[in-house]
Amino acid sequence: MTGGITSPGAGWRQADRGPATQQPARKRRKRGGGRGRGEVAMVDDVEFTSYYGRQIVKTPVWKSPDVPLYLFLGGAAGSSAILGALADVTDRPALTRTARLTAGGGSILSVVFLIHDLGRPERFLHMLRVFKVTSPLSVGTYILAPFSAAAGATAAVELLGWFPRLKRFGGAVAAVFGGPLATYTGVLLANTAVPSWHEFHSKLPFVFGGSAMAAGGGICMALTPVGEAEPARKMAILGAGIELAVIRGIEGSDRIEAEPYHEGRPGKFMRAARACTAAGAGLAVVGGRRRWGAVASGTLLAAGSLLTRFGVFEAGIASTKDPKYIVIPQRARMAAQVADKGLWTL
Amino acid sequence: MTSISSASAAFTGRDPGNRLYGPVPDVTEQSGYTDEHPARVGFFTDTSVCIGCKACEVACKEWNTLPMDDSHGVRDAIGLSGMSYDNTGQLGANSWRHVAFIEQSRAVDLPMPTFGRPGDDRQGSGPSVSGCGDHDSTAKAQASVLNVEALSEFDPQTGQSGADKQVRWLMSSDVCKHCTHAGCLDVCPTGALFRTEFGTVVVQGDICNGCGYCVAACPYGVIDQRKDDGRVFKCTMCYDRLTDGLQPACATACPTQSIQFGDLDELQARADARLATLKDQGVETARLYGRDESDGVGGVGAFFLLLDEPEVYGLPPDPIVTTRDLPAMWKAAGQAAAMMIGVAVTAILGSRRR
Repeated sequence: MTGGITSPGAGWRQADRGPATQQPARKRRKRGGGRGRGEVAMVDDVEFTSYYGRQIVKTPVWKSPDVPLYLFLGGAAGSSAILGALADVTDRPALTRTARLTAGGGSILSVVFLIHDLGRPERFLHMLRVFKVTSPLSVGTYILAPFSAAAGATAAVELLGWFPRLKRFGGAVAAVFGGPLATYTGVLLANTAVPSWHEFHSKLPFVFGGSAMAAGGGICMALTPVGEAEPARKMAILGAGIELAVIRGIEGSDRIEAEPYHEGRPGKFMRAARACTAAGAGLAVVGGRRRWGAVASGTLLAAGSLLTRFGVFEAGIASTKDPKYIVIPQRARMAAQVADKGLWTL
Repeated sequence: MTSISSASAAFTGRDPGNRLYGPVPDVTEQSGYTDEHPARVGFFTDTSVCIGCKACEVACKEWNTLPMDDSHGVRDAIGLSGMSYDNTGQLGANSWRHVAFIEQSRAVDLPMPTFGRPGDDRQGSGPSVSGCGDHDSTAKAQASVLNVEALSEFDPQTGQSGADKQVRWLMSSDVCKHCTHAGCLDVCPTGALFRTEFGTVVVQGDICNGCGYCVAACPYGVIDQRKDDGRVFKCTMCYDRLTDGLQPACATACPTQSIQFGDLDELQARADARLATLKDQGVETARLYGRDESDGVGGVGAFFLLLDEPEVYGLPPDPIVTTRDLPAMWKAAGQAAAMMIGVAVTAILGSRRR
């Protein structure tokens, strides 16, 4: 027979390097042919095969900026609601008012962005015909609906000045759903076939939780008189610290799925987010007790949180467009299984 | 509430019934069809006999009245992919069958023929895909018809004939896999995606609100959103035909029985036999894809016999349903929410009272 049989795949290689793979639609992709060498920064010399360089999983149809804005606003509203309820029971009226208005405004806006992102927005209520724990979007609907109702109503009566007891109750309900609203969005992104989201599925909820506190705390700090803003400032600083630490864990990972977080457009977002968040947290520590310092650092922290959401979102999008993020990790997993079992199961 | 998800009925940490991951003996019954229900049906796509005629694509488009689209899924556009005979490009909202074409070559290390006459060295060049007879002549005759490599001594790139390079074409008709653990079905928040009594996975167009979660959740990149419509679409395994006792359109149209439709267990037995036959004939690279019930999606309803690695055909080599890790994700989200409460309480208690 032929000599090829002893080599892997009997020696067959893609015959040509078609124009479609030589001129990729996106500049970011620097590879040559279908069986080309991936330009892998963190994994040395990995050769992988693909079908003419085409992507394997579909790119999510979720729109930008709708979804990153939804993630940001939901997070800021959720953490503000917690802060508002706690400020209410510890008798800080100015902070309570700011936090409630932030939570109410953020929740209403986030609902608008979520619905606008649907392919058939008029069918939003179809989300409420089932409840499925296997669908983070279904669970999220049942978090967002009561949260936005409670937070929106609380903010409304706060503005009108009616029903003080009802206000406290509404604020408490919103606070209960605030934490889950801010962190479920991490599951929402991670529970997909998108490599750079799914790989970090146990970290994303913490990124989003920390980022939510930085944003909510930052906004409340900027809008509250400095005499009462101390809890907001502390929450913002702690949240920013958590956000930075967990993102460092993702970006510093040697998994190939971490690559999109520091390359191209998402990389720029992530670097800008880190700069804003770190600068905002530093400024809050140094000058947060002064009015100008609180406004500047609060704005920086909110901007950092928003940029983090854009960065994470775009990194996932980028990871779907290159088949190497699918093939290389899956091949590595298969090789590890074979090594475990000591046999080739394919 | 009926079991719209394959997993929603039990969401414990241990998952004894393999509702999220792992082999399931009867996925139809697990989905709530506890009474008498038809056997699980599926496709066995034997790519070793696919001739790339795209009759399946045409039959599917005609039967399901799918709009025209180009190789990037742009509707009502004619566009050449510029890479091969494949101008369908991918599965999507408007293409529920997709025939992949892969042109491959390999170097062969044969003793040079004394006289470079084309055909002298044809004997024994390449693995004999066909040739079931014991007679050598029968095998050769069939190989010369069915093997592209037998006709490939002429190299168009160098303009020379020679046996040092062989060419072959791989063709494979891709389709929705109708997974045992279907990620699209698990994540659908409206219940638009459901499992039918035949064990297949279908979208209800009047329920879908176009949230797009299934698009991101499919590990094979099958289901997609129709942009001007907003909803998602994918292969239904011709649910309408099945309920009337007919075969799906693609399998009916396939002229070489590359696409075989039937009860899944019967197809699996047939595929195992076909694989054994090919292995006997020396086709070392033949393998079944999606046949293994212990794989990342619990086995699929539409599985394949491939002649090369899955990624060569644009298929993921080891797909895993994302929902396998969902308990860990919910746990992390709960911990992160608790962390937020803790941080907020710390911030309040650590601050001076007014």
